[in-house]
Amino acid sequence: MSQQGVIEIADLTKKYSDFVAVDKLNLHIDEGEVFGFLGPNGAGKTTTILMLLGLTEPTSGNARVCGYDPIREPLKVKRIAGYLPEKVGFYEDLTARQNLEYIAALNGLPREDASRKIEELLDTVGLSEVADQKVGQFSHGMQQRLGIADVMIKDPKVAFFDEPTAGIDPEGIEQILAIITNMARKKITVVLSSHQLHQVQRVCTRVGILAKGRLVIEGSVDHLGRDAIGGGKFRIEVQVLQSTPNLISSIKNINGVVNVESSGDLLLISCDEDLRPQIARTVVDSGSLLAQMKIEEYGLEQIYMKYFRES
Amino acid sequence: MSGFMAIFWKELADHFTSKRFIILSLLIYLAGLATIYVAAQNIRSGVTEDTQFIFLRLFIVSGKTLPFSFPLFLSIFIPIVGISLGFDAINSERTSGNLSRLLAQPVYRDSVVNGKFLAGLVTLAILVVSIVAIVAGMGLRMIGVPPSAEEVLRLFAFIFASIIYGAFWMSLAVLFSVFFRRTATSALASIALWIFLFLFMSMIAGVIAGAVVPIDQNSSVELITQNDELYRMISRISPGTLYGETVQVLLMPELGNPSATLMMVSIYTAGMIPSPLPLGQSLLIIWPQLVSLIALTALCFAISYIRFMREEIRAT
Repeated sequence: MSQQGVIEIADLTKKYSDFVAVDKLNLHIDEGEVFGFLGPNGAGKTTTILMLLGLTEPTSGNARVCGYDPIREPLKVKRIAGYLPEKVGFYEDLTARQNLEYIAALNGLPREDASRKIEELLDTVGLSEVADQKVGQFSHGMQQRLGIADVMIKDPKVAFFDEPTAGIDPEGIEQILAIITNMARKKITVVLSSHQLHQVQRVCTRVGILAKGRLVIEGSVDHLGRDAIGGGKFRIEVQVLQSTPNLISSIKNINGVVNVESSGDLLLISCDEDLRPQIARTVVDSGSLLAQMKIEEYGLEQIYMKYFRES
Repeated sequence: MSGFMAIFWKELADHFTSKRFIILSLLIYLAGLATIYVAAQNIRSGVTEDTQFIFLRLFIVSGKTLPFSFPLFLSIFIPIVGISLGFDAINSERTSGNLSRLLAQPVYRDSVVNGKFLAGLVTLAILVVSIVAIVAGMGLRMIGVPPSAEEVLRLFAFIFASIIYGAFWMSLAVLFSVFFRRTATSALASIALWIFLFLFMSMIAGVIAGAVVPIDQNSSVELITQNDELYRMISRISPGTLYGETVQVLLMPELGNPSATLMMVSIYTAGMIPSPLPLGQSLLIIWPQLVSLIALTALCFAISYIRFMREEIRAT
């Protein structure tokens, strides 16, 4: 963490009259990371992204994108940062290709480079066949994919995606996530804001949860689980009949078990791996009766819910 | 700079391919041709041996079948064209979700306004120049009298004034498009203001002038002049009046004063028939009107510019 990150945020605050949208946010994102910004609506995700792009002025605090200050040098930031807004729109009377040509021109790309690049990108996002159709006829998913091509056209170092998968069918989501994963492979830093947790979990190397403008927790999904639940990634619920007194301690001795709690005839075991076979053997060996066993994997959803209940 | 040019060219292409623009320009060409036809039919009446500026008469003569002269047509259509070029400049970008995408590109924010404004201005200029050229060409064919050098210069001045007048309405519409979120609202606001100024301003001016300086048939010339001056001062709040006066003076060189009533008075009092003014004198007379139009345009543009530059893109 010592080297300069692609995105550095220090005490970033944004107030709208008496409402605090972003409250002293601190964040560090390294090159090539896929960072997931989580949080309910109105948590300040979009505001943070807008401040990083210099589209909104922070009330106080600092931000750096690749070393540039978005307030002082907005053009330098915009040259290297791509942004896909939540409610993205295109010029409906223009074709997909014309829309991209316009953005390429705004970025000062020479015409020939641009047309080659556009061809390539349309192929990447799977829109080659409809390149010369007017965008007005595009489905939401197609527009969203066009939006990704639009972000990629300037060869960004950082890409901000605001809810890229909202309102898109599962197949479309798969395509979009695949493209994002590919971007990360090309060393493009991706910041993804979303509240669709399953997807974030799949593509993000790190997530941060925002609530009421504050970053309540950040880290990799695995880590978050441990911190949030105070236990391992898995939760195994065991119903034991006629339990013996030393059963709990012998389960605690199984390698990988983090914590055991009992309530009535239920044992709640949290562990790092799926230890059901070992636990079953221990229970039977101790002379108790194993009535049933349920396993739950801790996902982002639980972590998320936990933090929202708290905040 | 590349961003500005890109925006300019795209907006220009948008204007010329939009159905709105095609419909409007067809309508205007049609109106132009109709007036020139009527004018050519009626131009002989009132022309004597020593009538000067016959070519310019083409633009001001109207007939019984169509009681509109060409400048009157323009003074109605130019605001509509100006409004149609500007009313959705900014807010349509916002509602369609293009604005935040556009502003995330490495272009200065003022390039967006400037590019759009200049594209609108060029479109307007092309429309005005082409309609005047068509009318002049048709007229030349119909009456066979070529324009003198001064007439050509006066036509250029007329074109310039018309473009400025259109630019005013366009910048007003752009202003509304920055302030109102919905395109329907900004369109209606612009048109409402236009109708108010066009229909009611002279009425209001008449009422006020009548109340302040009451006149009747036996009033002295002095009183009539006072009443008329007040009336004109008030009605000049409407840019349409400014444009109308400018056009009158430009296309009717014998008119030494933009007010027809006042000219009648001067003929009546001095008993002299006015002789045509040289172009320089005509320009001098309408200079305040032109400058006012330009200033109004610049004012609207400046306000929308500042407002747009300061506006924050918000997460909603």
